[in-house]
Amino acid sequence: MSSALLNGLFVFMLAGFIGFEIIKRVSPLLHTPLMSLTNALDAIAVVGAIVLVGEHKSNLSFILGVLAVIAATSNVVGGFLITDRMLKMFKTSRPTKP
Amino acid sequence: MTDLAGNQLLLEIVYLIASALFILSLKWMSSPRTARHGIWAGELGMLLAIGGTLLHHGIVDYKWIVIALVIGSGIGVPLGFVHMTAVPQRTALSHAFGALCVTLVGTAEFYLRTPNVPPFMMSVLSMEVILGSLTFTGSLMAAGKLQELLPQRPITYKGQNFVNLFFLAIAIGLAVYLVLHPGARQVFPFMVVIPLIFGVLMIIPIGGADMPTVISLLNSYAGLSAAAMGFVLDSKLLIIAGALDGSSGFILSVIMSKAMNRSFTNVLFGAFGQVQAAAAGGKEEKTVRSATAEEAAGILAAANTVVIVPGYGMAVAQAQHKVRELYDALTKRGVNVRFAIHPVAGRMPGHMNVLLAEADIPYDKLIEMDDINGDFPQTDVALVIGANDVTNPAARTDQSSPIFGMPILDVDKARTVMVIKRSMSPGFAGIDNPLYYLDHTLMLFGDAKAFVNSIVHELAGNAH
Repeated sequence: MSSALLNGLFVFMLAGFIGFEIIKRVSPLLHTPLMSLTNALDAIAVVGAIVLVGEHKSNLSFILGVLAVIAATSNVVGGFLITDRMLKMFKTSRPTKP
Repeated sequence: MTDLAGNQLLLEIVYLIASALFILSLKWMSSPRTARHGIWAGELGMLLAIGGTLLHHGIVDYKWIVIALVIGSGIGVPLGFVHMTAVPQRTALSHAFGALCVTLVGTAEFYLRTPNVPPFMMSVLSMEVILGSLTFTGSLMAAGKLQELLPQRPITYKGQNFVNLFFLAIAIGLAVYLVLHPGARQVFPFMVVIPLIFGVLMIIPIGGADMPTVISLLNSYAGLSAAAMGFVLDSKLLIIAGALDGSSGFILSVIMSKAMNRSFTNVLFGAFGQVQAAAAGGKEEKTVRSATAEEAAGILAAANTVVIVPGYGMAVAQAQHKVRELYDALTKRGVNVRFAIHPVAGRMPGHMNVLLAEADIPYDKLIEMDDINGDFPQTDVALVIGANDVTNPAARTDQSSPIFGMPILDVDKARTVMVIKRSMSPGFAGIDNPLYYLDHTLMLFGDAKAFVNSIVHELAGNAH
């Protein structure tokens, strides 16, 4: 096992724990926007697809890469848009503190 | 550690900043007050990461990157503007797109690298592709069921679990084979296709009421497959984003299945529909009391405290805006109106909150199950709109009920219960609800939207 993979495992373990601690604190009120936001963030996979397209190492990797960029970009754009729309709707009846 | 070239070092630093922004983004989601900062942090992180990647040294062809980004945005914008009632199917669809991206990249990487793939690398690559492809078709199926393009009823047959596990076992077997023989180019396509079939079969037996758990579980799979892709590409940013998404989906699935008193295995392999078929028999004739909109309005106007319990039926009837008018009319008369939200009400986690927020109902009036259950005995009227199983007192008392043990909203403890319902036919899950036969329960028969509207009219008439 290379040290890069081992480093990756450490990062995964730490990020997993951070994820648990942070997500546990998210109010159930916002679980729907939470899911659409994590979906948009998850679409960061687009960077891997961009490199595939840009490097054009083989025709197969190029075509699959283009499709992957399209799929992920639709999640980035759609995910952030709808999360923002949803969050704008949440208003309180109490006056907001200045 | 070898020194990184200038550009490469810059790129890694950009990814480091993006990772921090992603974590902050989720941290700010903890409260509605800071949540919109969370989106900005996420967007900034995403922009930095994509912009930085374009500086990557190996990129020779920008034209198609731009074309693909534009097409993707063209698909994403309409998906960002769907109606709030369509959010569950939109979410399922975006899980499918995310998983599609991961599967395609995994496939491309395999064919670029074969046969020089070390065993551990091949294991994570297999995990990426298997999870990605089963999430892709599974999410498409879930979206189809939610959009009602496919029947929402669970479809079951004899030996179903055996068939499903058989497909999963083959996929894992192929993965093991590829780890041992990473040069087997002709075997790889089967490791993509078989999980694709498994994804379809996995969702066929799942009914609409189980969707909150299933969507969360698919969310978790999509995250894990992206994290696996991070290992394959040696991208810490991707590992972090995948781990965050994976843990988020996992936590939500745990919350959802707890709220239904069921385990994951039971949701995935239990096929709710079959259980009820047995329980439905032997029904005796029981009497219900029904009331008109005029009577209901009178009781509501005389109440001090009202708790409204919304369910999927309210979403289907698009009644949330009428419910808001009712809320306004009652609040104006000095009635204390709150909403009781069951975690699995609707078709995805938090579904009811979003619909009621869309109708401009203040979020501090939306109360979670555990916080409001103690208040029902002091509540004058509990008004149930389109919710069924989550109010069924049989879950507390009747050990033979398929939903026995499921935490419910204790609406039956309110002084008066009113239930808006189309007819007495048992709901989707087919479980009879003893709540409807209680002495202090009034059935309001009709379409949720139309009935709430007539109550609002009656209240307005009385005001003169």
